Amino acid sequence: MEQQRPIEEQIDLPFLESLRISFQSLKIRFGRSIITTAGITLGIAFLVSVWTNNEIEFALQESGRSSEIANLDEASEQGISTKDIWLIIMSLIVCVVGIANSMLMAVTERFREIGTMKCLGALDGFVVRLFLLESGFQGFAGALIGALIGLLGAVILGLKNYGLDLFFYFPLLPARPENGPFQLGVLLLILFGCLLGMILAVIGSSFPAWRAAKLPPAEAMRTEV
Amino acid sequence: MPDIVVKTEDVVKEYRMGSNVLRALDGINIEIQRGEYISLMGPSGSGKSTLFNMIGALDRPTEGEVYIDGQNMSHLSQRQIAAFRCHRVGYIFQSYNLLNVRTAHGNVTLPMIFAGIPEKQRNEKAERLLDKVGLGDRMYHLPDELSGGQRQRVAIARALANDPSIILADEPTANLDTITGREIIDLIKQLNTEQGVTVISATHDLKMLDVSDRIVDIRDGLVERIRNRDEIEIEVGEVGGHE
Ligand SMILES: Nc1ncnc2c1ncn2[C@@H]1O[C@H](COP(=O)(O)OP(=O)(O)OP(=O)(O)O)[C@@H](O)[C@H]1O
Ligand SMILES: [Mg+2]
Repeated sequence: MEQQRPIEEQIDLPFLESLRISFQSLKIRFGRSIITTAGITLGIAFLVSVWTNNEIEFALQESGRSSEIANLDEASEQGISTKDIWLIIMSLIVCVVGIANSMLMAVTERFREIGTMKCLGALDGFVVRLFLLESGFQGFAGALIGALIGLLGAVILGLKNYGLDLFFYFPLLPARPENGPFQLGVLLLILFGCLLGMILAVIGSSFPAWRAAKLPPAEAMRTEV
Repeated sequence: MPDIVVKTEDVVKEYRMGSNVLRALDGINIEIQRGEYISLMGPSGSGKSTLFNMIGALDRPTEGEVYIDGQNMSHLSQRQIAAFRCHRVGYIFQSYNLLNVRTAHGNVTLPMIFAGIPEKQRNEKAERLLDKVGLGDRMYHLPDELSGGQRQRVAIARALANDPSIILADEPTANLDTITGREIIDLIKQLNTEQGVTVISATHDLKMLDVSDRIVDIRDGLVERIRNRDEIEIEVGEVGGHE
């Protein structure tokens, strides 16, 4: 018969093992992952299109073509108008809320899975790391696609308004860097969109995952969705 | 001297819901010996699952102590509790609780991944265990593609992954038909007799009676009585020996 032995300490999983588990999970839940990712894509697409559109208008006005074009808005000499700043801030908020919501939903429906993994010996840290990896990947991929869609939308709108001139004056870099944070230039804007999507997804998922991981497994497994 | 695996001392569990306090366990004292097959019986809501959670370190008692292998569970660190769940206990649930994103094989390897077992070794062991529970031909199916009985077999194989000394089963047959339930009980009993695993099972299922060494009747969060096997056999006879 067995001796009564002291209880050892649980080991940490190697990073690669966590990475593998998270990719497997994303792959099998592909359909569901796409829906969550779509939330991120939409938010970022909206933000990037509003913002790019704004930069395009500003760049073309700067180029001196504004007089030929019907007044699209009351853009002032100093650059971006208050109305546009509001529009950008609103789209940022939509983006933050949308992503946080879709990540929260995605984690909540997995409480049972979290409880089960803890029954099998998962440390709280592993659970959090798993969600961090999954959501970071989802966030980046979703945001990149969203940024490209948003860019495409803004370009189509720009073509309609300005014709091919758009490409001569396309604001890849900020038209007037001294105008501050609302003029980034399209390149930086895309990068910003990707990072924002990724960071929001990671925060939006690891925070609820962390809270679920802290729960005793019995409670986590009781949660029905 | 008997070898005690599980001992509870005045275990109380209260659930707080707003201003209401529900006393699900009201001072439970039991001692379970190594190698025993114990059934926890009692009406719905009597506290079986709650006790199951306390013994399996899935929740903390409000008062009282649980000792496993002589260790006071409330003195363990987070890492020790995780290791305890990983190595010492195999859990089987009424609703199987398989991870839907992993195949049968993937479910069985997961506790071994947490235990740090090398890949080749854990893959072989998962195959061996799944073979043993009769799922050799269904190893790479996802849980969604399996029947209830097959899922419970996967859960049993998974519970055995790290050679636990205790199997905790909460109504393992409640979602299964009589015949499948019987097969699952036989499988668990076989582990108990062949490998000396201590089995603690909450159940309503009378089929569990004749494989149990002792039956602990729980009522309103208290141990009502503990019956030994010989007493049980008489009662099973009285019930009419159908089946
Ligand atoms: N997390 C919880 N929050 C509040 N009350 C709870 C919780 N878990 C259990 N209870 C209550 O504690 C009591 C005991 O519940 P428990 O699940 O242990 O019963 P049980 O004997 O397993 O019943 P069953 O046979 O139906 O599974 C019940 O009254 C139940 O409502
Ligand atoms: Mg129960």
